[in-house]
Amino acid sequence: MSATVLRPIDSVLEPPARWVGWLGWWALLFFVGAQAVGVLISPPDRDMGHLQKIMYVHVPAAWTSFIAFGVVLIASIIYLWGRSERADLVAASAAEIGTVLTGLTLALGSIWGKPTWGVWWTWDPRLTSTAITFVIFVGYLALRSFVDDAERRARWSAVVGIFGALNVPIVYMSVKWWRTIHQMQSSPSTVDPEYALGLRLNAFAFLFVFLYLLARRYRAAKLERAVEVRQDARALGGEV
Amino acid sequence: MTTLRRELARAGAVAWKDLTTERRTKATFNSVVFLAALTLLLFGFALGPDAEALRGAAAGVLWLTVLFSGVLAFNQSYQLELEGGAFETLLLYPGDRRAIFVGKLAANLVFVLLVLLLIVPMAAILFNLPLLRPFPGLAGVFALGTFGFVTLGTFYAAMASRVRAREVLLPLLLFPMLVPLLVGAVAATRALLAGDVMGDAGSWMRLLGAYDLIFFVASLLAFEYIVED
Amino acid sequence: MSPAAGRSPARAATSAVAVEGIARRFGRRWALRGVSLDVAPGEVVALVGRNGSGKTTLLRLLATALRPTLGGGTVFGLDLVREADAVRERTGLLGHAPGLYQDLTAAENLRFALRMTGERADGAIIARVLEAVGLGSETATRVRGFSSGMQRRLALARLFLRPPRLLLLDEPFASFDADGIELVNGFIAERRAAGAAVIVATHDPEKAIGLIDRTVRLEHGRLGP
Repeated sequence: MSATVLRPIDSVLEPPARWVGWLGWWALLFFVGAQAVGVLISPPDRDMGHLQKIMYVHVPAAWTSFIAFGVVLIASIIYLWGRSERADLVAASAAEIGTVLTGLTLALGSIWGKPTWGVWWTWDPRLTSTAITFVIFVGYLALRSFVDDAERRARWSAVVGIFGALNVPIVYMSVKWWRTIHQMQSSPSTVDPEYALGLRLNAFAFLFVFLYLLARRYRAAKLERAVEVRQDARALGGEV
Repeated sequence: MTTLRRELARAGAVAWKDLTTERRTKATFNSVVFLAALTLLLFGFALGPDAEALRGAAAGVLWLTVLFSGVLAFNQSYQLELEGGAFETLLLYPGDRRAIFVGKLAANLVFVLLVLLLIVPMAAILFNLPLLRPFPGLAGVFALGTFGFVTLGTFYAAMASRVRAREVLLPLLLFPMLVPLLVGAVAATRALLAGDVMGDAGSWMRLLGAYDLIFFVASLLAFEYIVED
Repeated sequence: MSPAAGRSPARAATSAVAVEGIARRFGRRWALRGVSLDVAPGEVVALVGRNGSGKTTLLRLLATALRPTLGGGTVFGLDLVREADAVRERTGLLGHAPGLYQDLTAAENLRFALRMTGERADGAIIARVLEAVGLGSETATRVRGFSSGMQRRLALARLFLRPPRLLLLDEPFASFDADGIELVNGFIAERRAAGAAVIVATHDPEKAIGLIDRTVRLEHGRLGP
């Protein structure tokens, strides 16, 4: 009889899909190319000089982290809807990558800020929301590490992931209002059109890198689960 | 009885049970109030002794105190059930299990509001705050802020209380979620204490109201998922 | 374990319990590895096996406190997972832990139980039920002061309030004196006579004198010989 609670992934360990390898090469080459465009071709900023080129990593990293958390949101909803284990693994993989990207965004934002405004941190709405988002998803990962049971872990992290993702726009809005009332340091300047090409290229570069990492991380998670599923089958006497 | 009335009656039974138990033991209430009072004092030492500086920081200090001490109540509310295996029995009564969430939410709400009743006057004394004139507005801010805090606290504690390292996990999960509430409640409180010249408090309270509604509904929808096993 | 041949819908509708291929995992450990069970109304089944054989897990699963990882079935024709709420209305579990609130009195615990099933808290019914389990004099005593035997009696009294059509007892004779055992047996007999099904997980089936219709053995989460 089929499972009522969990639709487990296959225990058959098929080799990695060919397209993932190609995607990896494409992502690498595109990334190098996009960074080259950003570093070599676009002019230095009148105020910040070459430091401004950090933006070609900082901004796409931020954008991609939001895409990552969007994936967490959608995969979590899909999991709760159909209890498909694949959706849970996709959500967990995306959350890990998103957290790393968010951390990168924060670190680069800080590094950019010091020479530019003389401070390591500004309470800029975007940076602040990113920091909160970072902690929300660290919490998500912590929860996953504390729950041993696969089914309960999937269910709880799906709920926590959805709540966290729901909160991100609310955090952004509230911090933005908070800032306008207190009129502190102005946020980083809006982007000049001459930087747009570099940014757009790097945004795509980061997206490809993200998709590649997601595919790899998802496969690793699937392999872990496949081993468990095989052990389960043995424990149950050969039939799952 | 219609279904809604029946479920509200069940929620009422849960709330009654939690509050009666707390009233008899007073264990959690006393500790939370003392911790809150101590926190206020510590903030005073850390930020003072300049009275003006303290006054400016008072709104933030007050809300942080509520958050840090109130969070103790939430895990405790489930601890009650987990001790004697009562949680499983509770989940096995026929009926909508969200009634359990609403009942615990109501009990925790009463609990935190009672703590506020003691702590707010104390903060007013320590930081020399004018409470009387802005009172209706302040009451509104406290009500809205507490409701959102207790909703998410009761919800997340249903998970955190059942895994290890619960004292760390609950704040780790809960506090980032409370940032909009903290920002809004402190801003509104500060505005009201300063006379609300710009009429800001109203818009902040609308943010709080929206936040409360969104997460109350979300918690109701998601509760079954986190208690089924 | 191979799943048994499918049961006919008619049989599912008339049995009290009809489950097939039930498996349940906790973390990495399988507590049940494919259990199929049929119990008819009016039948008393003893579930025997060592500690850790899966008896408690099976009872909790039938009570819908847990959902199966694999497999499924029905209780009185109602699906365990999809119609769990309806199953709960008809099932009563006396578990290992009494599930009582220590700082409430005996009467208050029962009042709470009645209110949680959506009924009015009738003081007369509560008094009668407490009397029946020999706790008539402890109505207003807080449960914290009760011995473990008394707490078990109170948990039993809670089941008396709403006698279930499927009664699940997990080690009911443990930490009970002779009087307590008599109470349990009386309840089992009464339920059987009323057409309810009873499953008793126990080490000592002999204590349920003359009441057991059938014995099922569990070993490492599977049905034994």
